[in-house]
Amino acid sequence: MKYSPWSHERAVALLATLREEKGAVLMALQLMQSEFGYVDKACVELIAQTFNKSRADVHGVLTFYHDLRTTPPPPHEISICVAEACQAVGARELERDVKAKFPQETRESYCFGNCALGPAVMVDGTIIGRATLEKIEVARQ
Amino acid sequence: MRLFIPGDSAAISVGADEVAAAFAELLPDIEIVRNGSRGALWLETLVEVESPTGRIAYGPVGPEDVLSLIAADFLQGGAHPLSLGKSDEITWLASQDRVTFARVGIIDPLSLDDYRAHGGLIGLHKALMLEKDSIIDEVAESGLRGRGGAGFPAGIKWRAVSQTTSVEKYICCNADEGDSGTFADRMLIEGDPFTLIEGMTIAAIAVGATQGYVYIRSEYPYAISTLQKAIDIARNSDWLGNRVLGTPHSFDIQIRVGAGSYVCGEETAMLESIEGKRGVVRSKPPFPAIEGLFGLPTVINNVLTLSTVPMILAQGADFYKARGVGRSMGTQVFQLAGNIARGGIVECAFGISLDELVNTYGGGTLTGRPVRAVQIGGPLGAYFSTAQFETSMDYESLIAAGGMLGHGGIVVFDDTVDLAMQAKFAMEFCALESCGKCTPCRIGSTRGAETIDLIIKGVSVDENKKLLLDLCEVMTDGSLCAMGGLTPLPVKSAMINFPSDFNGARR
Repeated sequence: MKYSPWSHERAVALLATLREEKGAVLMALQLMQSEFGYVDKACVELIAQTFNKSRADVHGVLTFYHDLRTTPPPPHEISICVAEACQAVGARELERDVKAKFPQETRESYCFGNCALGPAVMVDGTIIGRATLEKIEVARQ
Repeated sequence: MRLFIPGDSAAISVGADEVAAAFAELLPDIEIVRNGSRGALWLETLVEVESPTGRIAYGPVGPEDVLSLIAADFLQGGAHPLSLGKSDEITWLASQDRVTFARVGIIDPLSLDDYRAHGGLIGLHKALMLEKDSIIDEVAESGLRGRGGAGFPAGIKWRAVSQTTSVEKYICCNADEGDSGTFADRMLIEGDPFTLIEGMTIAAIAVGATQGYVYIRSEYPYAISTLQKAIDIARNSDWLGNRVLGTPHSFDIQIRVGAGSYVCGEETAMLESIEGKRGVVRSKPPFPAIEGLFGLPTVINNVLTLSTVPMILAQGADFYKARGVGRSMGTQVFQLAGNIARGGIVECAFGISLDELVNTYGGGTLTGRPVRAVQIGGPLGAYFSTAQFETSMDYESLIAAGGMLGHGGIVVFDDTVDLAMQAKFAMEFCALESCGKCTPCRIGSTRGAETIDLIIKGVSVDENKKLLLDLCEVMTDGSLCAMGGLTPLPVKSAMINFPSDFNGARR
């Protein structure tokens, strides 16, 4: 995944594009994360000002959703589905192995809708079915 | 001559992009269509060749098979170990009754011409000639019920919104398909997105709404991309916008993307999330039909519900309600998932048995071991044992059997599964995803996981089982929404149907 380095000016310009949207706070946080890879702490104040919300409102949204993070992402992102359908075909064991190898990059996820071809894994935004440690290593490169 | 290689993300997950790239390089003059998936997911990548007598299928094709397929003259239907014969004669597909999924896997998902050529927009054109109430009558008459899980009659919901006097109303499509074992919404959006747009447009005209939202989970990046392209095409074709197909109706659709929260699939939490807030459940009443998105009357329907509407309008309510059993009319898009040999989409009339789905269509487990348990309806659905395999798959029969249909997902487990661990996971998942508004869900889920842990460890097993059942009762009766209210369903069904897994000294 390629992200821009944090830039206050860039953030202000991007947020301005959402001014006309109804209920834009979550969209704004997602936009910050897709641009910079994470939500910088300065964004809370910026988003609050742009959309006329309190900082508490923005902080509340930021901390509710699993997707949103406040620190820069690792160089590769491996999301392993550990929901029931993937559990049935060994997702827990796969997760253990992948976590041992890539502890910083691995996170749990719940369902990519690839439940007939599990275990399902997303590596840097690309979906992998019938996932194995080897397939994940290849996709990571 | 055209070659069909699915662009569905399930197919991509097992190499469809690589297969398509290899064919594109070696056969530069052949047009490759990235269709949706036919739903026979164990055959992906399923490559189909167009021929004068119908399509001929090969699968599962990997990039390493491309050369040998070309050598076997597969473009002329040549023999090859991966040959499956004519696509329409593959029993697994031919025996289904595809209504909602009629076009998925057949058409180019982003070709409006293809869509029209296969019956697209007939339903909307019919709706545009009807009075608003007649559209709703048709939907009500068809017996269509909410396919998201609750099973509420769609026509009644639409009528409630239609009868409000608000100038502004909304259509919200719930595409936050968070249940493990379900992927029908995703496959429909990736394989036939115009059907959803058509269904939403019909709903808008019927109730007098001018703006629609589709709330899609962030875990579905491929579906988001396909739907956005389809919306853009519909806007540029005078379908969406100020004059829907040249009529005075105005309707547009915006996608809102979820952020990894399961509870946002609950309709009121979804509304909060679309409004940009924390996905905290609302108390009902007021119901969203009266006070929904941004406080205005709102139709909330699942992807499959809305996507079935065009077929009902096009073919008539009688066509649809002729299928099914009792109050479960029409077809259900079942999804076979987990440890299953032949997983994928099985759309057929309500009333098929669980055994037929798991064994006849599914072919048993992928591992080849005996089937031990089946979870129906997602993480909030019950665990069934093989003793219950004659259960008729419809709303009422499943409730009578102690379960629920949910979104129609069926997750199969072999005999290595430990149902006490699955029950514990159900509680842990609830603890992780609870919005926190009501106490039974927020606290009960954590206490539930702890209590099951004690049972697993063999600590005061009988007392803890009693305590767990009591906790389940509190959660069922005292939770605000289905998250806390239904988490006891997998837990209790596991205890009842698989008692040997809860006796402390396990297998």
